Amino acid sequence: MAMPMESPISFTNVGKIRWWQRGIFASQTGYVLLALAVLLVIMHFASPYFFSQGNMQNVAKNFSFIAIATLGVTFVIITGGIDLSVGSMMCFSAMITSMVMTELSAPGSPLVHMAADGKTVLANVPGLILLISILAGLGVALIAGLFNGFCIAVLGLSPFVTTLGMLSIVRGLGYVVSNGRGSFPGGPDADYFYALTSGDVLGVPAPFIYLVILALTMAVILHHTSFGRHVFALGGNEKAAELTGIPVVRVKIEVYVICALAAGLQGIIISGWLGSAPANMATSYELNVIAAAVIGGANLAGGIGGPLGAIVGCVLLEVIRNGLVLAQVSSYWQQALVGVIIILAVLVDRVRSRMT
Amino acid sequence: MTKADATPVLELTGIGKEFGAIRALHDVDMQVWPGEVVGLMGDNGAGKSTLVKIIAGNFRPTHGEMRFAGNAVHFNRPVDARAVGIEVVYQDLALADNLSAAANVFLGRELKRRFGPIALLDHKAMAARALELFGELRSETRPDDLVRQMSGGQRQAVAIARTRLSNARLVMMDEPTAAISVRQVEQVLGLIHRLKEQGVAVMLISHRMPDVFAVCDRVVVMRRGEKRADKPIHQTSPEEVTALITGAKEAA
Repeated sequence: MAMPMESPISFTNVGKIRWWQRGIFASQTGYVLLALAVLLVIMHFASPYFFSQGNMQNVAKNFSFIAIATLGVTFVIITGGIDLSVGSMMCFSAMITSMVMTELSAPGSPLVHMAADGKTVLANVPGLILLISILAGLGVALIAGLFNGFCIAVLGLSPFVTTLGMLSIVRGLGYVVSNGRGSFPGGPDADYFYALTSGDVLGVPAPFIYLVILALTMAVILHHTSFGRHVFALGGNEKAAELTGIPVVRVKIEVYVICALAAGLQGIIISGWLGSAPANMATSYELNVIAAAVIGGANLAGGIGGPLGAIVGCVLLEVIRNGLVLAQVSSYWQQALVGVIIILAVLVDRVRSRMT
Repeated sequence: MTKADATPVLELTGIGKEFGAIRALHDVDMQVWPGEVVGLMGDNGAGKSTLVKIIAGNFRPTHGEMRFAGNAVHFNRPVDARAVGIEVVYQDLALADNLSAAANVFLGRELKRRFGPIALLDHKAMAARALELFGELRSETRPDDLVRQMSGGQRQAVAIARTRLSNARLVMMDEPTAAISVRQVEQVLGLIHRLKEQGVAVMLISHRMPDVFAVCDRVVVMRRGEKRADKPIHQTSPEEVTALITGAKEAA
C-alpha cells in the first residue's frame, strides 16, 4: 500500500518547537517547581532549622499525608472530572480498617473462632489480621469508587454532584458505624500497623516511600500504557475518545475507583500516624488535595496533569505551612495564603499561555 | 476509473430510515467503487448525514440492504463498520488537543510491546508509522507535536492518517473543508487525491461546490431524503447541482 515517496517530508513551512517551549518547561508544573526551589532557598536563609534532618523528615511525612490521595484525584482531574469525596473516604477507610482489626482481635467477638491457646485463630498468623483489615478498608473505598464511577459514567450524573453526595454519604456512614466515637487500631497486629504507617526506613518516613513508589507507578501508567493515554484523551476530547473506540465508560469508572482507593490508603496511613481514626478525621481534606493538584498544574478542565505536579503541589503547600510555623507566623494565615497561591499558580499559567 | 473491478466497495439498495413519523431517508440506491471519489451534496435536512451515519454504523437502516465489498453487512456500532474497513473523518475531526499527532493517529489502537504481563506503549514505532503516514499524505506534520499547536490542514492530515492505519477501503469525510483556510483546503483536496491514488474509495460530504468539482469523479445529490441525482462530474455543472439541491430542478 505504501506509496513511493517522491521526497522525504521537508518541514519547510513548519518550524520546530524549541525545547524550552515544550514538555515540562512549558507547563505550570515547571513554573511551580521553580517557585518551590526559590522558596526552599529563601527558607534556608530565613531559618537555620529548615534544612535540619528532623524538619526535613517532618516535611516529607506531612506532605506524604495528602500526596497519595492527590495522586488519585489527579487521575480524575485529568479526565475532566472531580472527586470531592476523598476526605470522607480517607476517614471511612481508616475507620473500617481499625474497627475490623479490633473486632478480629477481640477474644469475645462472635466473628472469630478461638484457638486452643486462648487467642483467636487469625491472631496466630502474624500479619493476617492486619492484611484482612487493610483489605476491608480498601474494599469499602473500592465500593464507593465503583458507585461514583457508575453514577458518573453510566448514569451520566455530574461528577461534582455525585461526589458531593458521596462526601456526605461516606462521612455519614462513618458516624453510623462508629456512633461518632471514632476507633483505634488494636490487637496483636497493631504494632505492625504502626510500623507500616508511621515508621521509617533508614530515616525515611514510610508514607514517603509509598508515595514515591506510587508516583513512579502512576507516571508509567499515564505515559506508557494505553489506559493512561485514554485517560488523557478523555480529558482532551471526550467525544473524540468515544468515536475512536476508547471504552469511555470503563476508563471513567476505573479512574474513580483509583481515586477512592488512593484516598482509602491515605486515610489508613494517616490513622496509623494519629493512632486512631476519629469520626471527624480528614474533614475538608478534599479541598487541600484538590488545591495541591491544581497548584501542581492539573487542569480542572481536563487533559493535563501528572504525578510530579501532584507532589510538587503538596510539597509547596507543606513548605509554606512549615515555613510559617518556623517564622512564628500565626498558623491561621496558612489557609489564606494557600488560597492566594492557588490563584497565583493558575494566573501565572494563564499569562504564560497568552504570551506564546 | 476502476469500474473494471467487478464489485463495488459499497452498495446500498433501497435504504430507508424513519425516526418515528419522520421519514429521513427513502429508497436510496447507491454504489461506490474502489478508487472513486463521490461527492455527497444536499441542503441541511436532505438526509446526507443520516445516510453517512447509517454507513458508519451509528444508525441501523429501517429498510434496505447494505453490501460491503460484495458481502451483506449489518452494523450495530461504529466499531463494526470500522472493522470491515469503513473509516469516517468527522467534521470536528475527533482529535484530542492535548495529545501529540502520533498519539491521536493511534488513539484507541495503540501499538504496544509486551513485557511479561504488562503491555507498554511502543512510542517509537507509533511515531515512525505516523511519520510515514504523514509522508504519504505529504503533510508537514511532526508526530511528536501537540495537536493544539497545529494548523487546520495539519489537523486534517492527522484525522486522515488515522484512517490509513487499518486498510480502510472506504473513507467518508464530513465537511472536511468547512472551517479551514484556502491554502489548507488545497492540502486537504491533495490528501483526498492521495487516498484515491491508493485505491481507496472516498465519500466527500460537502457544501462547497468548488471542492466537490475539484476532486470528485461523481456527485450524488440528496433532497428531502431521496437521491435526486447521481452523475459523473463531467456531465454536470455547478449550476445544475445547485438547482438539484434547492429543488429548482427535481431530478437528473
